[in-house]
Amino acid sequence: MDFISILSIFVMACFVGYYVVWSVTPALHTPLMAVTNAISSVIVVGALVAAAAEGSAVSKWLGLGAVVLASVNIFGGFAVTERMLAMYKKKEKK
Amino acid sequence: MEHVTAVPSWAMFAYLVSGVLFILALRGLSSPATSRAGNRYGMIGMTIAMVTTLLTHGVASLPEIVGALAIGGGVGFVTARKIKMTDMPQLVAAFHSLVGLAAVLVGLAAYLNPQAFGIAGADGIIEPQSRIEMGLGIAIGAITFSGSIIAFLKLAGKMSGSPIMLPGRHVLNLGTLIAILGLVAYFTQDQSQWVIATITVLSFIIGFLLIIPIGGADMPVVVSMLNSYSGWAAAAMGFTLHNTAMIITGALVGSSGAILSYIMCKAMNRSFISVIAGGFGAAPEAAGGAAKEQRPWKRGSAEDAAYMMKEAENVIIIPGYGMAVSQAQHALREMGDVLKKEGVNVKYAIHPVAGRMPGHMNVLLAEANVPYDEVFELEDIQSEFSQADVAFIIGANDVVNPAAKTDKSSPIYGMPVFDVDKAKTIFFVKRSMGGVGYAGVDNDVFYMDQTMMLLADAKKMVEDIVKALAH
Repeated sequence: MDFISILSIFVMACFVGYYVVWSVTPALHTPLMAVTNAISSVIVVGALVAAAAEGSAVSKWLGLGAVVLASVNIFGGFAVTERMLAMYKKKEKK
Repeated sequence: MEHVTAVPSWAMFAYLVSGVLFILALRGLSSPATSRAGNRYGMIGMTIAMVTTLLTHGVASLPEIVGALAIGGGVGFVTARKIKMTDMPQLVAAFHSLVGLAAVLVGLAAYLNPQAFGIAGADGIIEPQSRIEMGLGIAIGAITFSGSIIAFLKLAGKMSGSPIMLPGRHVLNLGTLIAILGLVAYFTQDQSQWVIATITVLSFIIGFLLIIPIGGADMPVVVSMLNSYSGWAAAAMGFTLHNTAMIITGALVGSSGAILSYIMCKAMNRSFISVIAGGFGAAPEAAGGAAKEQRPWKRGSAEDAAYMMKEAENVIIIPGYGMAVSQAQHALREMGDVLKKEGVNVKYAIHPVAGRMPGHMNVLLAEANVPYDEVFELEDIQSEFSQADVAFIIGANDVVNPAAKTDKSSPIYGMPVFDVDKAKTIFFVKRSMGGVGYAGVDNDVFYMDQTMMLLADAKKMVEDIVKALAH
């Protein structure tokens, strides 16, 4: 992919992010932070590439280190979001 | 050496799908009813991204990778299960720091083995454009890391929440930032190790310097800002790797954090620059403080509060950080339940900056099983204070301070606050008369005719009220 198509995706995604995030209800701002945290750990993709590649032992170990850190976030972030969201309940109808 | 430039088109499509699933994850948060489905989309998206990566790259070290995933996943999962809801702000800060450090490690790994990432030819010369992306990614990641560590220490109470002011810090910070940008530019000309190493070290230092002068009350902004940085770091790495999932996610998270910072700043009527410049809440003897200490005020008891609220028609409860500190949310919900049984109309009012992170109070009330349709935002409940018989303030202070409306010299002037003074009776739960809010300003509400101060630990006081209500 050339730079300009990557940049286009990036700019479009910023706009999508802008509109999607404004529609998030303020009551869920803490879960929003937790889940954005989890998804920003998609950086694990880069970590996996480094960890899986041959050619540099240091690079591989840096990659593995990054896999550990990112997976703390992925599992922790999604689990804690799930836990929080499960607590939001509507008034019980009598 | 293998040269992985061509990612198969099905893989590019898979990364796009996972990017779209992440968008849906955030979209789900527009209402609590759809939020859990959204979270599932996020999980599926992440799984797709990870599996795709493993399938398209020769995995020579699968056992190590599985081990790394298991260790990280285990730690993350257990932490997420065990963490107390009141500790959520520092958990989020800690998670941000991990994303930042992971970005730094990935950037350095890409620098050491550029062929694996398809950004260098066989001669090992990295493309200049990739060097900029890599340099920026590492810098933002490092700032996110060290900044989040400081935010974590401050939120967890392991470091003083009051601002630490270094002399000449603005010059120092600006100089360091310029040096980092200069080095990133120079990196395109010279890919020596010292350049990337200096960028990394300077960025760690600037992250630290940027956050230490910021005080406790500004933490919601800081946490949101670091959230935003962690997104930009992921996006920069996505540019380096030409990976759609990372770019989309980075942009989403980056804008999300930026919008939250904006909302928080607006709710405090402060500019983003003044928050970043730091030092807020440093001077406890701020404007209008000293002379007012001697004014008369009334002390109420748990019995007074119980009696008044039982007789009331409408009660509005305003929780703040103090409720989180004393873990009073469960007792508070119990009090609400008893009052509702007596036919009282109970509502909760939440200020955008109540607590230490966006939505902090909402999570705590949800944890205590308060239905979310009894919880209202500032603009939705403001008009109801004139009909309220009782405003019950628990652990909040600055967000009900009328000085924000009237006193131009007050540091919180212009901040939107609850019109509690319109309520017939005000109960103000507070540990002692001595302490002031984080902004360090006195509060006229303490001395109003209709105000009764309930001086005690918030949880104990609410429990006493519940007991008194039972009689």
